[in-house]
Amino acid sequence: MIGGLFIYNHKGEVLISRVFRDDIGRNAVDAFRVNVIHARQQVRSPVTNIARTSFFHIKRSNIWVAAVTRQNVNAAMVFEFLHKMCEVMAAYFGKISEENIKNNFVLIYEILDEILDFGYPQNTDTGILKTFITQQGVKSQTKEETAQITSQVTGQIGWRREGIKYRRNEFFLDVLESVNLLMSPQGQVLSAHVAGRIVMKSYLSGMPECKFGINDKVLMESKGKSSLDDSARGGASGKTAIAIDDCQFHQCVKLSKFETEHSISFIPPDGEFELMRYRTTKDISLPFRVIPLVREVGRQKMEVKVVVKSNFKPSLLAQRVEVRIPTPLNTSGAQVICMKGRAKYKASENAIVWKIKRMAGMKECQLSAEIELLNTDKGKKWTRPPISMNFEVPFAPSGFKVRFLKVFEHKINYSDHDVIKWVRYIGRSGLYETRC
Amino acid sequence: MTDSKYFTTTKKGEIFELKAELNSDKKEKKKEAVKKVIASMTVGKDVSALFADVVNCMQTDNLELKKLVYLYLMNYAKTQPDVAIISVNTFVRDCEDPNPLIRALAVRTMGCIRVDKITEYLCDPLRKCLKDEDPYVRKTAAVCVAKLHDINAKLVEDQGFLDALKDLLSDSNPMVVANAVAAISEILETSDTAQTSLEMNSNTINKLLTALNECTEWGQVFILDSISNYNPKDDKEAQSICERVTPRLAHANAAVVLSAVKVIMKYMEILDINSETVTILVKKLSPPLVTLLSAEPEIQYVALRNINLIVQKRPDILKTEMKVFFVKYNDPIYVKLEKLDIMIRLTNQGNIAQVLAELKEYAAEVDVDFVRKSVRAIGRCAIKVEQAAERCVGTLLDLIQTKVNYVVQEAIVVIKDIFRKYPNKYESIIATLCENLDTLDEPEARASMIWIIGEYAERIDNADELLESFLEGFQDENTQVQLQLLTAIVKLFLKRPTDTQELVQQVLSLATQDSDNPDLRDRGYIYWRLLSTDPAAAKEVVLAEKPLISEETDLIEPTLLDELICHIASLASVYHKPPSAFVEGRGTMRRSLPRNQSGEAPLSDTGATNAPAPVQQPTVIPGVDSLIGDLLDMDLGGPTPYQQQQMMNQMPPSAPAAQPQGAIDLLGEGLDNLLGGGGGGLDSLGGLSDIFGSVSQSSFYTPPQEVWLPAAKGKGLEVTGTFARRNKQIFMELTFTNKAMQPMMGFAIQFNKNSFGLLPASPLQIQSPLPPNQSASVSLPLNTQGQVQKMDPLATVQVAVKNNIGVFYYSCQVPMHVLFIEEGEMDKKDFLASWKEIPAQNEVQKTIDGVQHNADTVSQKLRNNNVFTIAKRNVEGQDMLYQSLCLTNGIRVLAELKIQPGMSTFTLSLKSGVQDICLPIHQAFDNILHN
Repeated sequence: MIGGLFIYNHKGEVLISRVFRDDIGRNAVDAFRVNVIHARQQVRSPVTNIARTSFFHIKRSNIWVAAVTRQNVNAAMVFEFLHKMCEVMAAYFGKISEENIKNNFVLIYEILDEILDFGYPQNTDTGILKTFITQQGVKSQTKEETAQITSQVTGQIGWRREGIKYRRNEFFLDVLESVNLLMSPQGQVLSAHVAGRIVMKSYLSGMPECKFGINDKVLMESKGKSSLDDSARGGASGKTAIAIDDCQFHQCVKLSKFETEHSISFIPPDGEFELMRYRTTKDISLPFRVIPLVREVGRQKMEVKVVVKSNFKPSLLAQRVEVRIPTPLNTSGAQVICMKGRAKYKASENAIVWKIKRMAGMKECQLSAEIELLNTDKGKKWTRPPISMNFEVPFAPSGFKVRFLKVFEHKINYSDHDVIKWVRYIGRSGLYETRC
Repeated sequence: MTDSKYFTTTKKGEIFELKAELNSDKKEKKKEAVKKVIASMTVGKDVSALFADVVNCMQTDNLELKKLVYLYLMNYAKTQPDVAIISVNTFVRDCEDPNPLIRALAVRTMGCIRVDKITEYLCDPLRKCLKDEDPYVRKTAAVCVAKLHDINAKLVEDQGFLDALKDLLSDSNPMVVANAVAAISEILETSDTAQTSLEMNSNTINKLLTALNECTEWGQVFILDSISNYNPKDDKEAQSICERVTPRLAHANAAVVLSAVKVIMKYMEILDINSETVTILVKKLSPPLVTLLSAEPEIQYVALRNINLIVQKRPDILKTEMKVFFVKYNDPIYVKLEKLDIMIRLTNQGNIAQVLAELKEYAAEVDVDFVRKSVRAIGRCAIKVEQAAERCVGTLLDLIQTKVNYVVQEAIVVIKDIFRKYPNKYESIIATLCENLDTLDEPEARASMIWIIGEYAERIDNADELLESFLEGFQDENTQVQLQLLTAIVKLFLKRPTDTQELVQQVLSLATQDSDNPDLRDRGYIYWRLLSTDPAAAKEVVLAEKPLISEETDLIEPTLLDELICHIASLASVYHKPPSAFVEGRGTMRRSLPRNQSGEAPLSDTGATNAPAPVQQPTVIPGVDSLIGDLLDMDLGGPTPYQQQQMMNQMPPSAPAAQPQGAIDLLGEGLDNLLGGGGGGLDSLGGLSDIFGSVSQSSFYTPPQEVWLPAAKGKGLEVTGTFARRNKQIFMELTFTNKAMQPMMGFAIQFNKNSFGLLPASPLQIQSPLPPNQSASVSLPLNTQGQVQKMDPLATVQVAVKNNIGVFYYSCQVPMHVLFIEEGEMDKKDFLASWKEIPAQNEVQKTIDGVQHNADTVSQKLRNNNVFTIAKRNVEGQDMLYQSLCLTNGIRVLAELKIQPGMSTFTLSLKSGVQDICLPIHQAFDNILHN
C-alpha cells in the first residue's frame, strides 16, 4: 500500500511529508526531488521507479503531489486517491497553491491521518469529513453526536447524514455534455464522442429514495416489457432513445439494481454531487463545423480562410464561441478580417483567436487572414496543429433526455409532487478539433 | 491567522526557545509551539531533542493538540524508545475513552509506534478495540492488526489476532469488513504461517461479495483485489462470482473498475471458452475500458498499460474500438506513446487505411520519441497487414523525402524489416535509400542500411564503393555496425568474387587484428575459415535462406503475460514486469492464471489427486531477436551461445583445409599471412573447437547429496540435497522421498533471508502427487536477488518446504564455491594492487592437509570451480599460486597457496575486504582439492 505521501512546491521544497510505512525513509523525499522534479529531462511517466521504490505523482498548477511505495500496489487506486485528496483539500481551502498548503498544513495532516490509515484509503467523502474535521478543536461532543459521526464514516450510506430538513424540497439537475471531435480537413469525422455528466444539487429532507429515468435504449426497452420483440425495437420508443455506450455512477447508486432491473435508484448526498457519467458515440449532432483552407503562398506568406457553420435549431443561441487558429512559430504578423465577432493574432499563443459572443443556429461565419512569415533558412517544418473550437450550447448534443426523477420519502410526509425540480441542458466543447 | 508563519523560523536558538514554549502553562502557547515543531519536522529539520517536552503535552483534552503530538510521536518514537514508553499510559487510557473518535485515534497511533517494548502493551487494548461496539473503532483496529504484524508477526499469530481478524469478515459493517480484508491480504503476502488460518474459502468470498455492494469505493477495491487472489473451486463458482462482480464495471472510480476487470479476466480462464457467459463477459468488458480513457491522464496511463495486456490476452475485447485510441494533440506524451502501441495491436485489414492516415499525421509532430515510434509503427503495419504493405512503403518513402534526420533513420530501420518480410519485392526503392547514406549517424540505422546493401549487393552497382566508404571509419563504428559491415562485405564477396577480394581482406584484417571485441574477432575468424576451407559451404551458410519474421512484435512472453493478468491494475501491470522485479519479500510470489478444467471431474469430488494439475508450460513464442535467428546475418541482439554452438556444428570438421580453388586460393594464403603464424592460426581454431567440446563436461565439484530433512522430522518427507553450479547458474539439487503412507502433493519451497540473498529463481516443479515410497529429484535454479541478512554461520540457508501435510523447516550450508562467479579472474596488476591494499590483519592463514596433487592439477581443479590462478612463482623450491575469485555479491577474495613438493600439506592465505568470508572459503578450497 501507499508508504508515504509528499507535497512539494515547484522548487522541490517539501510542504507536507507523511510517512505511513517503515520501508520508506526520509531519503525517499530527496530521491523524488532529485530524480523527478529536478530531473534534467522532463519525466515521461507519472510513475517513476527509483531503486525499487515507486513514486506516483500528479501536479496541480505548480504543486507536486507524490505517493511513494515499495510494494506492488494497485496503481489505479493510488492515482484515484491522489486526485481525490486534491478534491478534498480544495473543498476545505480552495485552490491548491503553496500559500494555501502552508496556511493549512495542520489541517492537511489531520485530513491525511483520517483518509489514509497505514496507506489504506479510508472514507474520503468531503461532506462527511467536514462533520468532524473542523479545525475548531472538537468541543466535547455529546455521545449521540459522536455516534452519529462514526456511523456515517463507516456506514452503509456514508454519504448522507440523517435528520436533514428543508422547508422547500427541491433539486437541480444539470446535464453537462462535452462534445469531442476530430475532423479531417476534408470534413470527414475521424472520431467523435460525447462525455456527459449529470450533476445534481439536492436539497431534500430526510432519507429520500430517488428513481431516475433517462432515454437510454437499453433502459427503455427493458421497461416496455410487453414489446421486447425485435420488431418493436425500431418502434415508438426507438425514435427518441439514444444508445449509451457506457455509464458510471456515483457510489450512492445501487449498481446491482442497475444491472438486474435496469433502474437507477439512489439516496442522494446532500448538496452538489455528480450522479452519473456517460459516453455516447452514435448519432451525435455536432453543433459546429469548421471548414479550413490553408494556402502557403511562397516562403513568407500564408493565407488562411476559415468558415464556421452552426448546425442546430435557429431558435437556439450558442454562447462563448471561440475559434483558435494556430499560426507558425515564425509568424511576424497577420491581417485578419472577419464578418462577425472579433479576431486577433496573439503572438504569445501562436494563434489567431476569433471570439463570437453569440451565434444562432443554422448560420455561417467566415474569417480570412493573411499571415506574414519571417524568413528562416533552415527552420523546422511547421506541423500545423489542428484548429480548435470552444462553445456552449443550450442542448445536449447526444440527444440525452431526462425522463423523470421521482422522489420517495416514506418517513417524512412529503411526496414526489411537492418537490420542485429543475432540469437544464448544457453542451460544451471538449476537444473539438479540425485538422488543416 | 494562518499557519504558514511556522515555516519561517530559522533562528539559531530555536530549539531552546521551543523547549521553553512547550513547557509553558498557557494552552495556546503550547499548541503554537507544537505546530512549530511539526513544521520543522516537515521540512526535514531534526527536532528529536524535544521529544520529552512534546510527549508531555500529550495529556490534553484538546483533540487537535493531541493529534499533533501523536504525529510527532509516530515520527520520533523509534529514536527514543525509552522516553516513548511514558506515552503508553495515555494510549491505554485513551482506548477506554467514551468518545469513539478518541479510542480510534489511540489505536491508530499506537500501531504506528514501532518500539518493541510498547508493542507488548498494545495487545490488550487492541483486543478490546477489535470487539468495540463502535464500527469506527473496529475498522481502525482491523488495520492496526496489520501494523502490528509488520512489527512483530509472531506476536500477532501467538496472541490469536488472526482469528479475531477473520471474525471481522462477518461484521455487520461493510467498512469493517473492507479493512479486515485489506489487513488479511497484507498479512498473507508477508507470512506463510498465516496461510492456513486465513485462507479464503467460498464461504468467506460470499461474505465479501455481500459487503461489496455496500462499502466505500476504496473498500470495494480491497475486496475485489482480495477476490482476485482466490481460486474458485469450479466453473460454476467462477461464473457466479463474475456475475456479482460485473456491476462494478459501472463504478465511477477507475480503481474499482480495473480491479473488477482483473477478477473477470482471471476467472474467465476457468470458464469454457465457447460458453455464452464468456461471450457476454467479453462484450461487457470493452465499454468500461474505453471510458477509462476519458479520465485524468495519469489514470488513462494506468488504463492503457493494462489494456495493452488485455488485448494481448483476449484480442476480441476492444477489437472494434480502434478510434478511441487515436492520439489527441494535447495528450501528455506518456499517453500518446501508449495509445500508439495499442493502435498497432488492433490494426487489421479492415482499419488499416484509417490507421495509416493517422500514423502519417503523427510522424509530423514535434516530439522526437513519438515521431520515431510512429514511423516504426508504419513499418509494423506493413509487416502485419500484407495488403497494405505497398501503401506503407509509399508512406515511408514520403517521410524519407522530408529529410528530417531522425525520421529518415527510423524509416530505414523499419524498411529493413519490410525487406525481410517481403524479399525481392521493393528493391526499387533502394536507390532512394542510398541517397540518404551520408545523413545516417545512428548505429541502428547505419547497420540496417549496410544490411540492405549486403543483402542486395548483386543489384546495387556500386555496392562495393558504398561499403568501402563505411570501412574508412571502421574503428570508430559501433560494434553493431562493425559486425554488420563485416557480414555485408563477405556477402558481397560471395556474390561478386572477382573484384572485391581486396575489400574482403581489408575488413577481415580489421576485424581479426585491429579489434578488441571478441565477437567481432570470432566472427572474422569464422568467415575467414569458412572462405578458405569450403567456399560452397560458406555460401550456404552466409547466404542461407532467412526464416520469416513474425507479424506480431513486442509480444509479452505468454507465461509472463498470464502472470501480469493476475496483477491487473497494480504496479506490475504498469511496469509490465513481475512484482519480483521491483518488490522485495514474499509479496513476489508468482501468481498464475487458473486453468479451465472442463471435461475433468471437479476437484472436490476426486479429492486432491489431480489438484496440482501439472501446469503445462505454454510454448514460448520466440522474441524477434531469436526469430531473426540467422546469426550470420542480423546481429541486433547478439548471438546466443546456442547459436554459436550450432554454427560450430555447421562448420566442416577441423581437418586440414582442402585446397581451395580459383580466386579463393589467393585469399586463403592471404589470410594465413594475416594471422602471421601461418598454419598456427588453424591450430588455434582447432583448439577452439576443443574448448567447445570440453566446456560442457567441466568438472565442477558438486558435493554429494546429504540428508537435510530426515523423514522423522518431516512427517514422512525426506529431503536430501546439495548445491551445484552450471552455466553460470546456481542450482539446488533436491531429492524428495515420500516415506509416509499417503501420497504427497502441493510442494512449494521458500528461503529465509540469507547472507547471499539466495532465492529460488522459479517455483518448485516436481512430480506431484508423489506416491508413497517413491522419490523425485529436481534441480531448482536459484538467483541471488533476494534480501540479504547475515547468517551465522555465514553460509547457512534456512529453507521451508511445504506440502499437503504441513510446512517443514530445515537449514543447510551452501558450499561457498557455487557462489564463485565465472568472471572472477583479475588482472595481474589489479591483483597486486588489491593485495597490498587489504590490510595485513585481514589475512587468514590455514592449512590444507592430505592433498596429493601437483601445482598444475591443483590450479586446474580450482579453475574448474572458478578460482583463477593469476600467477605462479617458484620460491626456494616451493610453488606459490596466486589466485583470485569473486562471489555473486561482488566480494573479491585473493588467495596465496603454498605447495611444497613432496609434502601433502598446503598453506592457504586468504585476503578479502570482508574477513568473515575467509573461513567458509577455506572450507571450499579444502573440499575442492579433496575431491
